[in-house]
Amino acid sequence: MTATLIPSPRKISTEPRRSDKVFRGVVTSGGLSSLVVLGLIAAFLAYRGFEVLRAEGLSFITSAEWSITLDESANVVESNFGLSAMLVGTILCALVAVVIAVPISVLSALYLNFYAPAWLKKILVAVIDMMAAFPSILFGIWGFLVLMPSVEYWAKLINRYLGWIPIFEVEPYFFSRSPFVAGVVLAIMIIPIITSVSREIFAQAPLDRIQAAFALGATRWAMIKAVVIPHGRSGVVGGAMLGLGRAMGETVAVYTVLNIVYQINWQILLGAGGNVASLIILKFGEASEFEIKALMAAGLILFLLTLAVNALANVIVKTTGKSGR
Amino acid sequence: MIQTPESEKAMSSTQPSSLASVANARIERTQASTATGTGLESRGVHAWFGKNHVLADINLEFAAGSVTALIGPSGCGKSTFIRTMNRMHEFIPGAAMAGQVLLDGKDVYAPGVDVTKIRLQIGMVFQKPNPFPSMTIGENVLSGLKLAQIKVADKDELLESCLVRAGLWNEVKDRLDAHGGSLSGGQQQRLCIARALAVSPQVLLMDEPCSALDPGSTLRIEDTIRELSDSMTIIIVTHNMQQAARVSDYTAFFLSDGGPGEMIEVARTSDIFSQPKDKRTENYVTGRFG
Repeated sequence: MTATLIPSPRKISTEPRRSDKVFRGVVTSGGLSSLVVLGLIAAFLAYRGFEVLRAEGLSFITSAEWSITLDESANVVESNFGLSAMLVGTILCALVAVVIAVPISVLSALYLNFYAPAWLKKILVAVIDMMAAFPSILFGIWGFLVLMPSVEYWAKLINRYLGWIPIFEVEPYFFSRSPFVAGVVLAIMIIPIITSVSREIFAQAPLDRIQAAFALGATRWAMIKAVVIPHGRSGVVGGAMLGLGRAMGETVAVYTVLNIVYQINWQILLGAGGNVASLIILKFGEASEFEIKALMAAGLILFLLTLAVNALANVIVKTTGKSGR
Repeated sequence: MIQTPESEKAMSSTQPSSLASVANARIERTQASTATGTGLESRGVHAWFGKNHVLADINLEFAAGSVTALIGPSGCGKSTFIRTMNRMHEFIPGAAMAGQVLLDGKDVYAPGVDVTKIRLQIGMVFQKPNPFPSMTIGENVLSGLKLAQIKVADKDELLESCLVRAGLWNEVKDRLDAHGGSLSGGQQQRLCIARALAVSPQVLLMDEPCSALDPGSTLRIEDTIRELSDSMTIIIVTHNMQQAARVSDYTAFFLSDGGPGEMIEVARTSDIFSQPKDKRTENYVTGRFG
């Protein structure tokens, strides 16, 4: 009897062709370039803001005060830089925007995919895509001139009937240029992006499962609940996070419709708030050299916050995605 | 020996009742083995995809409780035909039909008919197994009830009976909470059959239900079809002529010679395979073409 000799696994390798190697190089450099640019921006912000970050320490994100005093020869006498009010404002405005935009976007996407006649779908898709490319200053001006008066009216209604909920309290009684108004403007800005992402993912819902649902006597809505929404849930979350990222980074539109107040405010209907990006645009023009450094540090914090939100989005998409496929 | 009146009374009372229970059992069995309704009929059915005329003048009657196999080469319109039966045809953009499909004598295309109710009465099993991936095995079986908002008193009992009838119960009874996707292809197809049974259809359409399965799973599904034929009307599209011979009472042969598909011949299955009337049927079933 011969003993069976078990061989060790062979090493398997392939030698790619030259054309493949070249193409690989091109794609790799394309893929890495965005990473390099992002890294350079972060490094630049960290380098310019380092002095302020070291001087302020943790109070740069915990304190709400933003002030600088210069003497006649432009030397810094005293400075206090804290971003907490702006960070709270950024998050509030973005959350208001997402809470308003997600249901509208999901319903639009469902309508476009499953209810709209083909000719209307074409028109609506073109209009929504165009909205995504619309300059944000126009949203800001339109929000300021047209939307703000009516949103104030809704805000007063919300306050009258839901004022007992802490975030709908308004003290003092002042509604203009509130985080709520900014959130509504932002919502209109991010609806197109969430709608497109949701529409794409809903369109990929497997046709054989859709047919299975219909063949079991499902109505259109029952089919959507059983097949399309479970399939698209993670994609919608991803789209919402993209929108949230855009809403947090938005500058001009928010600057036009939001009062910047250096005090933490959780009352979304009250006309006082802030936004890191608007702070930067507000101060940048007339800032002294040292304050510019503080603004760079603020930019770095905003950058990290956006990064954190996107990372969170990835985690959510990965954990909720499994059940739907 | 003198019988006491009491024992006499006892005897006389037991005998009729045991007879009655036998009779009841017989009636129940007869009821269970009789499909409800008067079957399904197609009258002059035509079908189009856009301007492409794919099916011409199909007249067929499917008696309640019968199994009919539709055979014929690819592209002859068999699948299109069964999809006109439960109105799944109209989902394809540009699809059109003419003629009538009668379920219990009523046209399923009549204005004002609720199409979801038609599909509850005429169930369908597709070529590729398509369980809902987001649902568990148990949820998949009962999904039709949820989709059509039907209330059932005892869900567990229904779940078990559907899985038993689909021949899947023994394999999944310990893991009803597992996802449908964790089953093998053959098991998934039987799960889809169980799902179709849960809404108790009168008619079950099967569109090449075994074409993606291995021979073992195919035989199990054929067993299931034979058992189901006691209680419902079954129409099965198949490319496998042995399968048609094994499971069906009647066989219809479809053919397209470049134009729209036509129904060439329908007869008892044994006749179609032993003494077909049409030369083209004979050529097909003897494997000379197709």
